[in-house]
Amino acid sequence: MMSGVEAIAAASALDLLALSPPGWGATLLAGLGNSVIIALGAYGLGFAIGLCGAFGKLYGGPITKDLLAVYTTIVRAVPELVLILILFYAFTGLLNQALLSWGMERVQISPIITGIVVLGVVQGAYQTEVLRGGILAVPAGQIEAARAMGMPSVTLARRITIPLMTANALPGMANLWLNATKDTALLAVIGFSELTKATYQASATTKAFFVFYPAAMALYLGISLTSTFLIGRLEKWARRGQRDVRGQ
Amino acid sequence: MKDFFKPHRIVLIVLAAALVAWCALSLNWTWLANPKYQLLIVQGIWRTIWIVVVTMVIGMVLAIPIGLAQAAGPWYVSAPARVFCTVIRGTPLLMQIWLLYYGLGSLFPSIPWIKQSDLWPYLRQAWPYAVVALSLSVAGYEGEVMRGAFKGVPHGQLEAAKAMGMPPFTLLRRIWLPQALQRVLPTLGGETVSQLKSTPLVSTITIMEIYAVTGRIRQDTFIIYEPLLLLAVVYMGLTGLIVLLFRWLEGRRPTRTA
Repeated sequence: MMSGVEAIAAASALDLLALSPPGWGATLLAGLGNSVIIALGAYGLGFAIGLCGAFGKLYGGPITKDLLAVYTTIVRAVPELVLILILFYAFTGLLNQALLSWGMERVQISPIITGIVVLGVVQGAYQTEVLRGGILAVPAGQIEAARAMGMPSVTLARRITIPLMTANALPGMANLWLNATKDTALLAVIGFSELTKATYQASATTKAFFVFYPAAMALYLGISLTSTFLIGRLEKWARRGQRDVRGQ
Repeated sequence: MKDFFKPHRIVLIVLAAALVAWCALSLNWTWLANPKYQLLIVQGIWRTIWIVVVTMVIGMVLAIPIGLAQAAGPWYVSAPARVFCTVIRGTPLLMQIWLLYYGLGSLFPSIPWIKQSDLWPYLRQAWPYAVVALSLSVAGYEGEVMRGAFKGVPHGQLEAAKAMGMPPFTLLRRIWLPQALQRVLPTLGGETVSQLKSTPLVSTITIMEIYAVTGRIRQDTFIIYEPLLLLAVVYMGLTGLIVLLFRWLEGRRPTRTA
């Protein structure tokens, strides 16, 4: 049985999380939406950079290889928060400078786009390394056979390398996706209203820290547990037809 | 070494040196000459190192029982340990830090016996919350790693010890734990680098480590890029140090590579 005080506390917690304005539920959900959009966008951009980076690191010319090594080393050695600040100022600053020099108006870039670009560049460095490992794990004979058949390199990547590397790269890529969802919280520090910032605002206004933080943590956990489940299914699909290593 | 200095690489090095020289000459570094900022920067770097070392040690000490509980404990021990690891690994560290600092920080003053205790002067400062949050984070991530390490120790080793009549605690101390720790040592360097990279988060709860120091300099002087560049260089230097330290540690341990 609930005591009176607990009952009141539970009721007020529900009121605080209500969707309509006295409650902060809508603010939290909007924050969650922003977080998910930024995470998806950054992951997608990171994947584009990572795929080019991985192929560049393995098959590119010496200068491409060295430049990519510098990119992945620096991005992985400097804290995400610092990179976000540097890229945040550099990206908006350079874009505006370019626009001004072409005689156009200064623009205010939407925070979501900036967040996606900044986190995407960070994700790209990590994904380059994961995808490179995935490509290296593809049996060399498969690629040699395709080359011997005279397959052009783009077709080779599309038909042979990428399908075969998928299963190898998936666990690492799954980790990076979870990192991407959690890294969106860093954007709270530079004032984007994603989930962490929304939680901070809601709890600072109402002083109900132990309502909003657990609620937001549950939302983050929900994302990570759903992703883990879906990625597990995806990996099973990617490994179809392969012999189980565990010998079951 | 001969492989390193290929013609294209020499050109790249010259270009990089030119870029560094341009940064040094044409950017505004006058603030570095200010003794007040010099002191702040040294203090900030020291605090960053201190936080990394202390939280890694506390976190690893916590991670051992958490890993053991998951690897070998009965369900009423392993289930909470697994929930703890899932929550820590599934939610952003920034949120955990803010929950502890703002949440507990607002809860404690309303509890009389905490306010009267000897710990209160410390609980009013920010650093205990930062140390607890970062240590719990290490414990969560490393607890999962330790679980795998405990499970990875060959079964024959444990069975042999049992057959010799070794009591369970001695078995843990002499056989199981040392071999598990040996397995995590190669991953520990990377984890320490990640920990270094999460320290700037504690600047959001008023701790003046190097990230907060450069933030302060930027606010005081209205110089945007230069302190950030210094910050990036400092973190790259610290990362390099950690990598070298762990390479040295690993080199001391005799290993057999097949």
